Amino acid sequence: MSVARGGARHVRGGARDARGGVKRPVATALVAVLAGMFIVHYSSAAEPRKSGFDTMSPATQAMQNDDSQNPAMLWLQDGEALWNRAEGKGGKSCADCHGDARARMKGVAARYPAFDAAQKRPVALSERINLCRAERQQAEPLRAESEALLGIETYVAFQSRGLPIVANDDPRSKAFIDRGEKLFKQRIGQLDLSCAQCHDDRAGAKLAGSIIPEAHPTGYPIYRLEWQAMGSLQRRLRNCLTGVRADPYPFGAQALVELELYLNARAAGMKIETPAVRP
Amino acid sequence: MARTLINVPTNAKRGDVIEIRALLQHPMETGYRPDLNGKLLARDIVRRFACSWSDGASVEPVFSAELYPAIAANPYFSFYFVAASGTLTFTWEGDNGFAQTETAALKVT
Repeated sequence: MSVARGGARHVRGGARDARGGVKRPVATALVAVLAGMFIVHYSSAAEPRKSGFDTMSPATQAMQNDDSQNPAMLWLQDGEALWNRAEGKGGKSCADCHGDARARMKGVAARYPAFDAAQKRPVALSERINLCRAERQQAEPLRAESEALLGIETYVAFQSRGLPIVANDDPRSKAFIDRGEKLFKQRIGQLDLSCAQCHDDRAGAKLAGSIIPEAHPTGYPIYRLEWQAMGSLQRRLRNCLTGVRADPYPFGAQALVELELYLNARAAGMKIETPAVRP
Repeated sequence: MARTLINVPTNAKRGDVIEIRALLQHPMETGYRPDLNGKLLARDIVRRFACSWSDGASVEPVFSAELYPAIAANPYFSFYFVAASGTLTFTWEGDNGFAQTETAALKVT
């Protein structure tokens, strides 16, 4: 069964290849990985890629642009307080090791997920925060999507606002990025859809009245109006998985980190908007 | 204490019409939503928001609103005021004894 379907996919995939030409994300990812910083400068000159910001309504854009209107700023306050609070048996705060986040965390979120030598795999920013809690603070890990974890993650990522996303060019991460790319193009779920079919092939078209974005993770964690709360990229990915009626990977799953790695490689050079607002 | 974000202009002249903004972190749970087991989540909303101005001698109401379950989480208010030096007091009251007061100084030239 799966062989037959695989064959059909191959034929359709070939037709797409012929149409896709240079715009293929494979090429983008490869160039981004190989050229590193060069693409950052190159792509900022004339950016053909669109962030979700570009296609949302002017009212929602205004909400994101004005820090006194953006509800995500409330979570940022939580994050700043947590950054400076001593936690766990270690009795240390994040600031005790890292110092002032405004200087020391600048650009850090732009290069996550980053390869962790001890874990022998790339880790997402939220996992890095929990690893720090376990190793340095000897504190309980923060639950995925908890207000506290989203707060710290938002506070750290906010320090990179306006900086370009840096593709992970660690050779040890390559296999993980490749798996993320494969997953992005893999048809899944009862609807038998891949991420690429919507976000590469039909970006800009409409899905039930909403514009399909190009899926560049530029503003996470985001304040999503539909959620009426903050959420991480993993929550967003799980949403899409449920949308195609696939069984979503649990929070923290390796597959979600691999997808995140691939999406970052694909969006390398785009400016970070954290904390973004999305409809 | 819930987080708030209050925005009052810092460079207004006396008599200017200024915009004041207040954002409160609150779930505004409607009371109509079931949880994962199908049981209704208890209502937890802010019922009233008010802003008043005082110069120490007198207190004047500036703006007030009643809130209902259809209002989204993290309610945001924006309203206008004829600027005069004084203190603005913001109060939110709601279900489960929710009460919060914040103040902001307004200085005009």
